[in-house]
Amino acid sequence: MTTPANTLRRFAGTGRGLMADSGALVFVVLGLLVAGSWALVGPSFLSYENILSIVQRSVALGIVAAGQTIVILVGSLDLSVAYLVSVTAVIASAIMQGDPALMLPAVAVCLAIGVIVGLTNGLIITKLRVNAFIATLGVALILRGVLNASVDNFTGSVPIEFQALAYASLGPVPYSIMLLAGVFAAGWFLLRYTRLGHHIYAVGGDEETARLSGIRSHRIIITSHVIVSLTAVLTGLFIVSRLRAGAPWVGPDGAYDLESIAAVVVGGTALAGGRGGVLGTLAGVFILALLDNVFNQLQVNPFIKDIVRGVIIVGAVAIYALGSRRRDG
Amino acid sequence: MSASTTAPSQADVPETPVVKPSSRARRAGRGLLGSAPIFLILLVVLVAIAVRNPQGASPEYYLALLKRAAPLMLLAAGQIFVIVSGEFDLSVGALITAVVVGAAVITDGDPSLSYPAIGGLLVAGVAVGAINGVATTRLRVPSFLVTLGMALVISGGVLYNTGGAPSGTLPQNLRFFGREGIEGVPVIGELPYSVIVLVVLGSVCFWLMHRTNFGRQIFAVGGNARAAALSGTRVHAVKTLAFVISAVSAVVAGILVAGFGGLSNDAGAGYEFQAISAVVLGGAVLGGGRGSVLTAMAGALTLEALFTLLNLLRLPVELRFTVQGVIIIAAVAYASVRLRASA
Repeated sequence: MTTPANTLRRFAGTGRGLMADSGALVFVVLGLLVAGSWALVGPSFLSYENILSIVQRSVALGIVAAGQTIVILVGSLDLSVAYLVSVTAVIASAIMQGDPALMLPAVAVCLAIGVIVGLTNGLIITKLRVNAFIATLGVALILRGVLNASVDNFTGSVPIEFQALAYASLGPVPYSIMLLAGVFAAGWFLLRYTRLGHHIYAVGGDEETARLSGIRSHRIIITSHVIVSLTAVLTGLFIVSRLRAGAPWVGPDGAYDLESIAAVVVGGTALAGGRGGVLGTLAGVFILALLDNVFNQLQVNPFIKDIVRGVIIVGAVAIYALGSRRRDG
Repeated sequence: MSASTTAPSQADVPETPVVKPSSRARRAGRGLLGSAPIFLILLVVLVAIAVRNPQGASPEYYLALLKRAAPLMLLAAGQIFVIVSGEFDLSVGALITAVVVGAAVITDGDPSLSYPAIGGLLVAGVAVGAINGVATTRLRVPSFLVTLGMALVISGGVLYNTGGAPSGTLPQNLRFFGREGIEGVPVIGELPYSVIVLVVLGSVCFWLMHRTNFGRQIFAVGGNARAAALSGTRVHAVKTLAFVISAVSAVVAGILVAGFGGLSNDAGAGYEFQAISAVVLGGAVLGGGRGSVLTAMAGALTLEALFTLLNLLRLPVELRFTVQGVIIIAAVAYASVRLRASA
């Protein structure tokens, strides 16, 4: 049968070979963008300061995007991260109240909240069989309501010692960049070398097959949700150290839900799960930060950025979706 | 779940467009269980409002509630087409804002431009729906991302055009639909035009979904797209049309919101999640194949009534979000557990 549809599909299949599972395409795009930006903005674009600024801008989104990668790989997704970022920022700052002695308890409380939110998401998805989009959207709405009903402005403050996370550096390397690198190294190691990582790919590829071959798929999905929630907590902690106090709008203003999904998708991880990795996501995060940087330098109207974002998200998914064969196509 | 019982007697039920094994008893049960709870919940909430409301419950009071609920109910009546076809439309909130701001920009208070503006906005709505539909079906991007992306594009466009603060004014004859009513009606006093618009368009949606061939095709596409395609349904066209209906309902809802809400950059904020909450509260199954216009609209009215109840209980208005979150999780969990029990 050589129907036009078949031919088209075969053609698209060839395309998939090009953009292979390694996600090489995203690095090519990143390289082209760097070259293009350099041409547009001028030599100052590749200055040490500007590159550092782009990377530092990537930290907040990058951390949570690493977690989002894992949860998307397992075939789920998390829309509650933006409000969890806010909850973390507000609670950390409210507990610390500028007192360095309270830094550890505050961080511990926030991590515990992250575990609870992740468990909740994972249990709703696996045990109540609510699809991930609705479950995490519902949890996001619940967090949003509680948060906005309790706080409506900056609350508490973080001590200078905690602000070091965002502002200090070890030699020439800022702590924030070390944090980003650490999270991605951990994610890369987890996915590549651990049993959990391999199970994440297996469950994301085909949950039923994974389950039948002895993987406790529910446990893997729940664990992945705990991981993404913990990365959202880390992003919240980083943001509050940068802002010096937590406010309820920091998460949704950063659109960490949609942006982290965008970074993952731009980085070549399949939304359906099972294919991709954190390195592509890191490149995706850099692409988004780089566009931001260029738009700022060229003084593009900030609202145009929203439009471009929307188009990039849909465009990226479309390119990968058209490039990959669909079993039910 | 896949290898469960498929008794031959169930498999050859004639004149059912749904190809999945499904017995008459289950379908009848669905009619009862699928629609009864929402009307019961609605009744309970309405009674609770009457109990908590210091002025007691007058017909005017409930009519005012209906008037307030009209945009959301219309939105739910449109959204249900998309949900039953197996997709989501999260662009409606941004579209409502765009309609309110767009109407002010186009007319700038000039009443003679009101009707051309409404016509233009309806055309724009059709275009938005068509783009959502085509991107979802042809580009194979999940609809929640397409429509969230569309929401970003629309709100970015609105903010770009207004520079952050909307300008222009809404002419009276445009605000009239959301604001005014027919005076001197016995018992209820004033019959709001928004309620008339709601009844007329709600009936059209009901007829489209439950009495036409197109309606049956939507259920078929949402129930099993492959089976629908094999039996000759143009799946892409049906889904795209569902998105167009949803977008048009958002435009009409936007005109009502412009009437009683007035000009603001967040006129439509949050409506997309309310619409989803409303339809799942009305018993629609996400993933498609099940739902009804009537229960979706009842879900919307229930949600608005719940908000009213929150006000009467003097709870912070922000808890509306929490209520919605609990509702969508609970309703979807209930539906999926029940679906599993009956499978």
